[in-house]
Amino acid sequence: MSSRPSYFRVFLTFVRNSLVRDMMFPANFIIETISSFGWVMMNVGFYLLIFRYTAQIGAGTSDGSAWDKYQFFVFIATSMFINSVVQMFFMTNADEFSELIRTGGLDFALLKPIDTQFLVSLRKVEWSSLANFLVAAALMIYALPRVEGFHLTVWQVLLYPVYVVAGIAILYSLTIVLAAVSVWLGRNTSIYDFWFYITTFSRYPMEIYSGPIGGWIRWGFTFMLPVLIVVNVPARMLAKPLTREYAYLALFALAATAASLFVSRWVFQKALVSYRSASS
Amino acid sequence: MLARVQTWWTILRICIEERLVYRGDFWLGTLMRFLPIVTQIFLWGAVFAGMRAAGAPDDKTIAGYSYYDFVAYYLLTTISRAASSMPGLAGGIALQIRNGEIKKYLVQPVDLVGFLLLMRVAHKIVYYGIALVPFAFVFYVCRGYFDGWPPPDVMVAYITSLIFSFLLGFFLEATIGMIGFWFLEVSSLLFVYMLFSFFFSGHMFPLDMLPKPWNTIVQLIPLQYLAYFPSAVFLQKVHGRDLWIGLSMQAAWVLFFIIASRVTFWRGVKRYSGFGG
Repeated sequence: MSSRPSYFRVFLTFVRNSLVRDMMFPANFIIETISSFGWVMMNVGFYLLIFRYTAQIGAGTSDGSAWDKYQFFVFIATSMFINSVVQMFFMTNADEFSELIRTGGLDFALLKPIDTQFLVSLRKVEWSSLANFLVAAALMIYALPRVEGFHLTVWQVLLYPVYVVAGIAILYSLTIVLAAVSVWLGRNTSIYDFWFYITTFSRYPMEIYSGPIGGWIRWGFTFMLPVLIVVNVPARMLAKPLTREYAYLALFALAATAASLFVSRWVFQKALVSYRSASS
Repeated sequence: MLARVQTWWTILRICIEERLVYRGDFWLGTLMRFLPIVTQIFLWGAVFAGMRAAGAPDDKTIAGYSYYDFVAYYLLTTISRAASSMPGLAGGIALQIRNGEIKKYLVQPVDLVGFLLLMRVAHKIVYYGIALVPFAFVFYVCRGYFDGWPPPDVMVAYITSLIFSFLLGFFLEATIGMIGFWFLEVSSLLFVYMLFSFFFSGHMFPLDMLPKPWNTIVQLIPLQYLAYFPSAVFLQKVHGRDLWIGLSMQAAWVLFFIIASRVTFWRGVKRYSGFGG
């Protein structure tokens, strides 16, 4: 008998347990799903409202830096895909991680014969966020064929999911680093707020950050804390022709993903070393 | 009467001291609140740039708002939201009903709504007192987006509308909390309220942008007075007769929810059962 646990089977157990727990309170699950759906629809409504007043976001026409309505909706759908997966698998767990540290509950996770980061990252699955994923799919199906001059290529079909996963990996890394900080702070109740404030920057095309301050924001959130490439690279891959500049950015995105995962793993393990149980 | 004022003053003083414990958190939290506005400033900059690229004149406005007005509007909504948002109020009332803590207000000579109101007043005094530094910093940096200070009469109307928005936010959420006497758990209801509030209070965009029939709907519900109305008063988008009607409507909604919170509390207490010590 192998002493190494099957991570996939453990993950499936987490998925099943979470679904069973959600189904124990069906009314609550339905309300959560409707609320989640409502937030997404209000966001879509906001952008529909903006496009009542303008045909495009951003000035450039020849260099492809402007986003028209359908291109922008492809961007929003991509953003929703990525964020719904992060919300579904990681946000609740990251939020609870600080509670595990404060209460000493992390002891039980450390004692289990499985990787602690895997265990604390995927313990609970937020099934209600699946509604956002489905809305994103519907929005994509609606917007993509309407993008001017759109022809789906094999490269797009192959690379889009790869970069969506890369985007999820970058946001996951940020989430787990913020959660791990709880070990040093004792309590970190504002993880969710901070995560929300930082990822707000990733929710818009990077071209909107123009001018001297915008340039610094764009540089900082691309190369220092790469949240801007999370949505921009995959969305651009579908909605716009690939220019040389963005081909380089796509290559950089792969390096940034690997670096983010590496740094987050390093921070998490450092945090575990510093952990002192809270139990008496 | 004097004894009651003394009690209220003591409660207020204790609440202020309690709130002053976490000053560092407050400063950081307040500065972080402005981060989403940074993205909004750039988003609206790109929207106006897009309009100009499509041939619109430089002074083109959206629903009467120039780019500068949009930025000023978003900055002002942070002030009105700071006045009207009541984090944890409704949930806290429902929790006290659920775990029986509400009993202490029934056996002691302290009024629940009055006590909670004083707590919120203390919180807001401390909040504005400490948040003055980051607020002043951000508004000073962004002073170019404003056409100077509005005339004194507009300032008086603005401050009045801010006070009303605080009272409206308090009594509206207190009423939602009182529903806990009937349902025990109000978190789902609160989530729906927050959802509508975010969109229809004007937190997301100036409500003047809404097309029919949505613009009529927002006029009929009280949410616009939580964020949009004070900001629009400051920017002088509402003036003359409309200003007076707006302030009167805001006051009427405050009165409505004062009565609603009292009635729900009174009726809730009648059906409430408390056991044990």
